[in-house]
Amino acid sequence: MDALKPPEPPREEQDVIVAPPPPVRRIVVDQEPTVVQPPPANGHVAHASSGVAGLGSPVRRPEPSPGPKVERMRTESVRISYGEKVAVDDVTLPVRQGEVLALIGPSGCGKTTLLRSLNRLVEITPTATRGGRITLDGEDIDRMEVTALRRRVSMVFQQPNPFPMSIFDNVAYALREQGSGRPGKDALMSHVGDALVRAGLWDEVGATLDHPALRLSGGQQQRLCIARALAARPEVLLLDEPCSALDPRSTQVIEELILKLRDEVAVVIVTHNMQQALRIADHVGFMYLGELVEYGPAEQVFGDPREPRTREYVGGAFG
Amino acid sequence: MSTAPYDSVRSWPLRDRVGYYAAWGAGLTLIGVAGAIVLYMAFRGLQYFDLGLLFDSPNSTLDQSQSGGFKDPIIGTALLLVMSTAIAAPLGVTIAIWLTEYGRPAWLARTVESAVEVVAGTPSIVLAMFGLVFFQQQWLGFLTFDAEGGAVLGRSFIAAAAMMSLIALPLVVGATREALNAIPGHVREASYALGKTKAATIRRVLLPAARPGIGTGTALGMGRVAGDTAIVVVLLGATLQILNGANGSVFGLFRGTGSTLTSYVYYNSPAGEGLAPEKAYFAAFVLLLVVIALNFLVTRIARGREPAWTR
Repeated sequence: MDALKPPEPPREEQDVIVAPPPPVRRIVVDQEPTVVQPPPANGHVAHASSGVAGLGSPVRRPEPSPGPKVERMRTESVRISYGEKVAVDDVTLPVRQGEVLALIGPSGCGKTTLLRSLNRLVEITPTATRGGRITLDGEDIDRMEVTALRRRVSMVFQQPNPFPMSIFDNVAYALREQGSGRPGKDALMSHVGDALVRAGLWDEVGATLDHPALRLSGGQQQRLCIARALAARPEVLLLDEPCSALDPRSTQVIEELILKLRDEVAVVIVTHNMQQALRIADHVGFMYLGELVEYGPAEQVFGDPREPRTREYVGGAFG
Repeated sequence: MSTAPYDSVRSWPLRDRVGYYAAWGAGLTLIGVAGAIVLYMAFRGLQYFDLGLLFDSPNSTLDQSQSGGFKDPIIGTALLLVMSTAIAAPLGVTIAIWLTEYGRPAWLARTVESAVEVVAGTPSIVLAMFGLVFFQQQWLGFLTFDAEGGAVLGRSFIAAAAMMSLIALPLVVGATREALNAIPGHVREASYALGKTKAATIRRVLLPAARPGIGTGTALGMGRVAGDTAIVVVLLGATLQILNGANGSVFGLFRGTGSTLTSYVYYNSPAGEGLAPEKAYFAAFVLLLVVIALNFLVTRIARGREPAWTR
C-alpha cells in the first residue's frame, strides 16, 4: 500500500515537506496562517500540545527575557559537505545570549549538521568538510584549541547518554583536567552542586550523588546531561532534539529549564517539534535542503512567514 | 502459556512436533552429559578425598604411600593462570581498543583481525611446538631453565605462560570488542563534546563501560588456560615438583619448570601413564572445580551492571 502512494506523514510534522503534501493540507498554504491558535488536542499532536500548553489551553509563548541580548556566536557563509553531498549551504546566523534560537526543518535539512559545526563536532565525521567562518565572541573557532572550544560551547544529545559512573562523576567529568593532577571531590563539590541546581535536578539527586547515573529515569538522565554540560560554565549550550526520547512531563520540565537558562548561556536547540519551537524559541531559523530559508523572531516566522516554503512547512504543522 | 488450540503441540504437523521434541531432547541430553561428568568426577574424587594431598609435594616413586600429593601442580596452575592473564588481558584489551576505536588503515585492521583468528584457531600443541623452537634460541636462554651443561632447554613458566596467553588472547579481544561495540557512538561524542580527547574518552568512559566484557573474556581465557595440557607437557617441563631456575629467587621461579593439575592428571590417570589413578581422580575433581568456578565467575560478571543506553 505504501508503495502505491506517497508516504502519509505518520506522526511527525516534518514529513510533510519530504513527501508532496496531501491536498487537504495544501489549503492552508494560500491562507494567511493564524498560527497562534491552539493546535487541536487530537492524537496527531497530543505529545506536542501536552507540554507547557497543558490541557486544551493555547500554546503559550515565552515572555522575552528581560536581560540584555549579547551576540556570542556567529556563522558566516557556512557551508558543510559530506563528500559530494552539501548538507549546509551558505548559512549566516547570529547566536545570542538571552534568547533561545530554534533550528527547525524537515529531517535531513542540515540543522543538526549546522549545530554540530558550532562545537566542531562535525569534524569527527571523516568525509565532512566545512567552509565559511564561525566565531565565538569574535574569535574564529578554527583557530581555537578544539577541546577548549568544546568546554565553552557545550552540547546535549538526542538520547540521554550519562557515562557509566556516579551522578557526581558525570557532572564533574568536564571539570577534571586530563592527565594532570585531579582536583579532589571537595574542591569540585560546589561546582557540581551548582550545575545540578541549575539543571533543576538537585532536589531529586542531591542526597544520592554516589549512585550510578544510568539508574536514573530518562528525563532525569537528560537533565543530568544538561547539568554535565553546564558544569564547566559554557557560554553556549547546544541542544540536539533533547526531548525527542522523553515523555511529555519530562519534556515540560526541560523546556522550562531551557527558558531559565537562556539568560546565562546562549541556547541553540534543534527540534522538529514545532510546537516546542513555538513554546520556547525567541528566534527561529527554518532550514530546508541545507539552506537557511528564513530566520527571524519566532512570532514572525510562525505568524507571518515571508517565504512560501516556510509558510508551507509551518502551515502543514499547524493547519 | 495459553492453552488455545493452535498452541497445543498435539495439533502441530508431524515435522514440527519432531523438531519440538528434538529440541527438548537435545537440551535434556546435554544436561544429562554434563551432570554425569560432574557427578562421576565428584564421586571418584571424593572417594579418594584427602585434604592432605593439596598441601603435599609430589614425589616420583611407584610406591603410592610415598608419592605425595599435588601441591606443586596446584601452585603451578595458579602461577600459570596469573602469568598468562597478566600478558593476555592488557594485550587483548589494547588490541580490541585499537580495532574498535582506531582501526585505520583498514587493511592493517583486517590483518590484525585475521591474526587474532589464526591464533584462536591454532591447536595448543602447535603453539607449544612453536614456543619450544622459539624459546630454545640461544639469546633467549635467560628466560628458560638451564639444562645440564648450560644448554638452553626452552622450558619454563615464562615460556609456557607466553604461549598460554595466546590461548586466552582471542577470548579477551573478542569479548572486549563486543563490549566496546555495544557502546553507542553518541556516548563517545558526548565526551568529545565536553572537551575531552579521544584518549581521555577511552580511559574514562569506554573502558569502565566495557569492564564487564573485559572481565568475561579474561575469565573465559583463564578457564582455557587452566584446562590446557599440551603446552604444559611441552613447555613447562612437566616436572612433578617446581624447580627453581636460579638460586631460589622469584625470577628463578618464573624461569623454572613445574607441572599443573592437567599434566598431573595426565601422568597419573589411567588415561595417561596410570601411575596413581586415585590421586588423579581427586586432582581431576579439583581441576573441574577450578574451571567451574571460573565459568561461574563469567556468568556473574556478565550479569553485572551492564549499562544500557538507547541507541
